[in-house]
Amino acid sequence: MKDKRGFLAAGLIVVALIAFPAFKPPAFLESFLYLVFFWIALTSSWQILSGYTGYFSFGHGAFFGIGMYTTANLATKGEMDFLLTLPIAGIIAAVVGVLIGAVVFRVKQLRGELFALLTLAVTFVLATIALNTSIDGGPGVFLSGIKIANIYGSPATSLYLFALLTAVASLALAWWVQHSRFGGGLFAIADDEDVAEVLGVPTYRFKLIALGLSSFIAGVGGGIQAVYVSYVTVPETFSITVPLFVVLMSLIGGSRHWLGAAIGAAFITTLNYVFVGGEWALAGRALIGLILIVAILYLPDGLMGLLESRRRKRQSRARAQDTEHVAAGIDRATEHRPAAPAPKPAGASQVLLRCEDVQLSFRGVRALAGISLEVRKGEILGIVGPNGSGKSTLINTISGFYRPDAGRILFRDRDLAKEEAHKIAALGVGRTYQIPRPFVRLSVLENVALPAMYGPFGLQRAAAEAQARTALEHVGLAGRADALPTELNLHQRKFLEIARALASGSELVLLDEVLAGLTPTEIASAVSMVRSIRDRGATIIFIEHNMRAVLALTERLIVLDHGEVIAEGEPRDVMRRPAVITAYLGKAHA
Amino acid sequence: MPSASLLAQSILSGILIGGLYTLLGLGLSLSWRFLQVINLAHFAFVFLAAYLSYQLIGVAGLNPGLALLILLPIFFLIGIALQYLLIRFSVNEFASLLVTFGILVLLETLIQWIWSADFRRLETSYGTASIKIGAIYVPIVECLMFFVAVIVAVVTWAWLKFTYVGKALRASAENPIIAGAYGVNHKRLAYLIAGISGATAAIAGVFIALISTLAPAQVVVWLGVVFAAVILGGLGNPLGLLVASLVIGVSEAITMAVTAPTWAPLVSFTLLIAILILRPHKV
Repeated sequence: MKDKRGFLAAGLIVVALIAFPAFKPPAFLESFLYLVFFWIALTSSWQILSGYTGYFSFGHGAFFGIGMYTTANLATKGEMDFLLTLPIAGIIAAVVGVLIGAVVFRVKQLRGELFALLTLAVTFVLATIALNTSIDGGPGVFLSGIKIANIYGSPATSLYLFALLTAVASLALAWWVQHSRFGGGLFAIADDEDVAEVLGVPTYRFKLIALGLSSFIAGVGGGIQAVYVSYVTVPETFSITVPLFVVLMSLIGGSRHWLGAAIGAAFITTLNYVFVGGEWALAGRALIGLILIVAILYLPDGLMGLLESRRRKRQSRARAQDTEHVAAGIDRATEHRPAAPAPKPAGASQVLLRCEDVQLSFRGVRALAGISLEVRKGEILGIVGPNGSGKSTLINTISGFYRPDAGRILFRDRDLAKEEAHKIAALGVGRTYQIPRPFVRLSVLENVALPAMYGPFGLQRAAAEAQARTALEHVGLAGRADALPTELNLHQRKFLEIARALASGSELVLLDEVLAGLTPTEIASAVSMVRSIRDRGATIIFIEHNMRAVLALTERLIVLDHGEVIAEGEPRDVMRRPAVITAYLGKAHA
Repeated sequence: MPSASLLAQSILSGILIGGLYTLLGLGLSLSWRFLQVINLAHFAFVFLAAYLSYQLIGVAGLNPGLALLILLPIFFLIGIALQYLLIRFSVNEFASLLVTFGILVLLETLIQWIWSADFRRLETSYGTASIKIGAIYVPIVECLMFFVAVIVAVVTWAWLKFTYVGKALRASAENPIIAGAYGVNHKRLAYLIAGISGATAAIAGVFIALISTLAPAQVVVWLGVVFAAVILGGLGNPLGLLVASLVIGVSEAITMAVTAPTWAPLVSFTLLIAILILRPHKV
């Protein structure tokens, strides 16, 4: 209902703006609005990559510049129709963007500030090439003789309309991305890229797509701007001004919300327009510098960020009053099954995952020295071992975060050793983290919905949120669905990890010390939750130091030491073997 | 292909401009490594120092050495003031890039407001003096600048490497909490580094006033090339910075001599891109 009204209002505004030139407004007003639209298009296109994924690009000037020079050259030397040059400008910009991204996004450990510098450097390289080749050659390109369709009888009005349409298209795209499954992945990348990948988000491909969309719109915007300024030069085009303004506008409006671009762009463009000429231009520039400083220091999430967090807090408070509900949830989870030995499910002998001689070394340290093991369908397999024995490394290897040096990991006829982490997640392998790693700027609900979207279920956003609510109810966190993970305490964050594994619908769940740091009562409810995950048909690898929980939950136990399997079998029997006692207590016990 | 003497002249000017890059990059490199601050405002500090030198030397008629002595403590304090602001708001590494860019814009407009957008040139008897060795002209002030750059770089390197304070700084950059547990006062060291970074801006500023024409728009002219040198040399590594600056300066100069001056930016930016892609973990 609220959405419908929003669409209607947006539609009316667009129609009004399209009709506006018919009333013959003064030229300055039309050109002012043109500039607003132009900056909205650039800023919101920048946001699709940089705002949503957190990879701040300072190279937007490059894509914008490619668009400008494409139109300038095609329309003058190529004598091509102006309208036809625009899609070409967008496509060339997108192709260059994707090519750059294909190289840059392969770099591991590329921190945000280095990405920013890299993209800025690319801008200057392109500028140098344009300056020294026939793209520009030095003197710049004049577009005075270009013919443009006369809509409402004036070329200036045509440009106004083109810019308006580009801005609307850009905002609509940003809106769609923000509310789509795709956008959910982008926001997850911004908070913790590694976790996003392990939960099934194809991070590399998503970043490339976002960069492609972003640079396409920047290219089209550049093409229109080329005609608007009618004289294109290298220093003006590939300057630091374009990326700076885009970043500034987005930060002020709120870079993680589609509307932020529109607000920021309108505000800064107005400011720029008011302070025109002589002394005033200088004051305007100083003011922009000042606003940038104040915005970063006092309003790091922008205007929309501020509004969003207020709205979320209100919602969260409303729901938190429902505390009884939370308590009931925990009780239900605890009572789910009495602490009796779990019945053996049918078909337990069928092998779901098989590791064959899996090896992994870090600079000569052998973390996994040839691990071979089998996980049978429907069982809870316990893995224990002293600290540093390779338990977490094994989980990281199975889930694809590390690639083994040798060996095979077979899961449903696929060798996981050769698959990327997001593929492994989509195939049905989920995991939790020993130290919970939630996406800190996403709500609890969104955190749990993400694996439902990108795990084996592959649900769309609405269905994923429904799935997430069920999972949250199951772990007793339904009342905190709108809270941020930072507002949860440790055991709630651990349960959030479990909820993620539940919601993903993974066939194999790797639980990495879910009980560590919990109180005895919390452990009891966690144990019954683990059991209920299995009862839903999942197979579990249970890594834990808490022996009592291991003995209560597992039917089979594997002991690791120095990256090797030193014992395997019935839990109580295994723990009595001399090799195991030696691994834990050292030789002196004898 | 240019003649041998032209090439030799180019290489010499490349080496000398490498000295300037070192002076410009040192403060940036130190604050990036030890303070996690990517200080774009440093370039504005340099030009503020250059304009003040222009005022002190050109208008008030002071000796350049005396001007430097006046400017050093001022910019030491400016560096500390900026660090105070960044600590006060606990600005992270990426946000520091944006905040200091805002400061750069502010200072640039301040400079334009005081000294106008016109070019300013400090006319001195020694500014353009040079001696001729064989077929090559050796500009004296630029040579002096180069030697100062080498001395400053080596002294800073030795200070970081051998003194107790230097070791504490390096420990603190690795892990401030652990270093703190061993009695390293991170905050005081941070202010010291910020002050020293500011002071290097004063040195660079005086030399820029002596050898170059000043205009507010020039504040960002060396930004890209200096970033390339700082990253190529390794953050917080003064000797690496010196070597990288010389490599970039000379390759730029040769590029200019062999092709056209307009191709020069390609060298440093391609190097910068290559190093960021191939060795991002080293930065």
